[in-house]
Amino acid sequence: MTEEHTTGEQTTEPEQKVFEQIAAQFPGLAVSAFRGQTRVVVSRDELITLMQTLRDEYSFDMLVDVTCVDYLNYRGAEDRFHVVYQLAGTDSGLRLTVCLPLNEPDLNAPSMTALWSGANWMEREVWDMFGIRFEGHPDLRRILLPDAFEAHPLRKDYPLQGRGERHNFEVLRRGEG
Amino acid sequence: MAVKTIEEKTHQRQDYLWTLNFGPQHPATHTTLRIVLKLDGERVVDAVPDIGYLHSGFEKIGEHLDYNQYVTVTDRMNYISPMSNNVGWHHAVETLMGVEPTPRCKYVRVIVSELARISDHLLSTGAIGLDVGAFTFFLYAFYQRELIYDIFESLCGARFTNSYTRVGGASHDITDITIEKIRAFAKGLPGTIQDMERLLNKNRIFIDRTQGVGLLSKAEAIASSSSGPIARASGVTRDLRKDEPYLAYQDFDFKVICSHAGDCYARYHVRMEEMKESLKIVEQAVENLPSGPIDIGQEARAAMPEKMDVYQTIEGTITQFELVMQNRGLEVPSEASYAATEAPNGELGFYIVGDGSNVAYRARCRPPSFIHFALFPQLIRGHTLSDVVAVLGSLNIIAAELDR
Repeated sequence: MTEEHTTGEQTTEPEQKVFEQIAAQFPGLAVSAFRGQTRVVVSRDELITLMQTLRDEYSFDMLVDVTCVDYLNYRGAEDRFHVVYQLAGTDSGLRLTVCLPLNEPDLNAPSMTALWSGANWMEREVWDMFGIRFEGHPDLRRILLPDAFEAHPLRKDYPLQGRGERHNFEVLRRGEG
Repeated sequence: MAVKTIEEKTHQRQDYLWTLNFGPQHPATHTTLRIVLKLDGERVVDAVPDIGYLHSGFEKIGEHLDYNQYVTVTDRMNYISPMSNNVGWHHAVETLMGVEPTPRCKYVRVIVSELARISDHLLSTGAIGLDVGAFTFFLYAFYQRELIYDIFESLCGARFTNSYTRVGGASHDITDITIEKIRAFAKGLPGTIQDMERLLNKNRIFIDRTQGVGLLSKAEAIASSSSGPIARASGVTRDLRKDEPYLAYQDFDFKVICSHAGDCYARYHVRMEEMKESLKIVEQAVENLPSGPIDIGQEARAAMPEKMDVYQTIEGTITQFELVMQNRGLEVPSEASYAATEAPNGELGFYIVGDGSNVAYRARCRPPSFIHFALFPQLIRGHTLSDVVAVLGSLNIIAAELDR
C-alpha cells in the first residue's frame, strides 16, 4: 500500500514543532515518520543525553516500551539489531519512537533504569530474548527463561522448530535430590 | 539459582528472616507465578518475583503465523478479555497496512472491547473480593461474566477464545439476536453492580484489608510505565480512548475514572466505576450502530470475502485465493509501526515490523501485566503476608500475558 492510505491522526502542527526542535538540538539524529508516527535513530553515545533531554525538557515522561528487533536477513537493513524505545508524554499525549542500532560483537546499550524505573524488567526481557547487555542495569538476569538457558531465542538465527533446549536440561529423579 | 544468590548475599545478617515460596501453584496467585517472600514474622521484608512458568514464545510464533492466523494466539495472552486483545492486534496490523475499517466494524469492535472490559473488571474485582474473603461478591460477578460469554457465543460461536477480528473486518457480522442479548445484559448489569457495591464499598473488613495497602504515588506510576486502571487509581489521567481516540471512541460520551489514593481500594473503586462507563459506551454504540458492511470489501484486497461470494463469483474466488496462498497474501509495507489500545489492564501495544510478506517480521506485544507485576515488590514491602493476595488481586496479573 502507498502513503495515501494512512490511518489514524496525522502529526499536527504543534507536534511537528516539537519534533523539529528536537532535531535542531540533536543534529546527529535521523528523523523519519510513518503513519503519523515520528521515529528517530540515535547513536549509542548520544542516547542517554537524548533520553534525559526528552524526559526533562520535552515532557516525554513515560517509557512505554523497550524492545528489540533483529534485522538479520531483512532486505536493505544495515544494522543487525535495533533496540526500540517507545516514549510518551502523559500530559502532552505525544509519542516518539527512539531506535538504537547495535552490531555484533559489541552488543552493549546504556540502561535506562536510572531515568525510568519501569525499564528494569523490559531491559531484562531484551537481554533474555536478544542477548543485548544493558550497562548500568542493577539486576540483569534472565527473566522469562531459566538461568541455565544459553541461547537468545528471539534472534532470527534461532530456529522455531527442532530439538528443544529441554533435552539439554539435567534430569532429577526422585530420591537423588 | 537466581533467588539463591540473593539469599546468599543477605544470609549473614538476616538469618532471623523466613523465606516463603508463594506459588507457583497457589490458589491466590490465580495463575502460575512464583514469589519468593522474605518474612520478618508476618511482615514482608522483600519479595522477589520469579516468572516465566507460562512462557510459550508467542512473539516467536508471531514471526511465523500470518496476520490473520496470529489472532488466535492473542486470545491466549490475556484470556480474561480475549476480545480486546483481538481488537488490539488487528488495530496494530491495520495501522501498519494503512487500512481503515468500515464504520460498522469500528462500532462493533468498540462494543466487543467494552464488553471485554466489563468482563475483565468483573473478574478482577471479583477475585480481589474472593481473596480477602468476600465469596458472594465473586459469585455475583461471575454470573454476569457468564452472560457476556453468551453474547460472544452468539456473536462468533466461541465463548472463550473468540479470535473474532480479521484484517479489515471481523469473522462474523453482529446480528439482531446478539444485539437483543446485549440490550438485556445492559439492563441487568447496573443492578448487579449496585449489589456488589453494597456488599463491599462500605464493608469494614474489606476496607481494612485494602485501604492504604500497596500505595503507588503518581510519580512512581509514571516512572514505572504503568497504565490503565492502576495508573488512573494513582492520579494519572491517561486513557488512550480519550487521549488518542482510536476506532470510534470520539463518538461516545464517557468519563475517564481516576482516583488519588493509589492503594488497593482505589484500584478496586476505579474498576467498579469503569464498568459503568463501559456500559454507557456499549449502550450508545448499540443504539447508534451504523448499517453497511462489516468488512472493507473486495476492492481493498485485504479482508476475506464472504463464503457465498467465494463460491459464486470469480472476483470472490480470486480474492480468497490471493489472500490464502502463502506466496501472495496481504500487501504490507516494509516498515515498522507501534499502535496501542486501551485494554482492560492498561496500554496493550503491538510493535509490528512488516517485511512485505504476509507474515510479521517482528510482532512485539507490550503486555500491561508484565509491566505492572514489576511493581509488586515495591508495593508489598512492609505489609503483612495476608496483604500479598490483596495487592496481587488489585494488580490483576494474568500470567499468560505476563510470560507470553
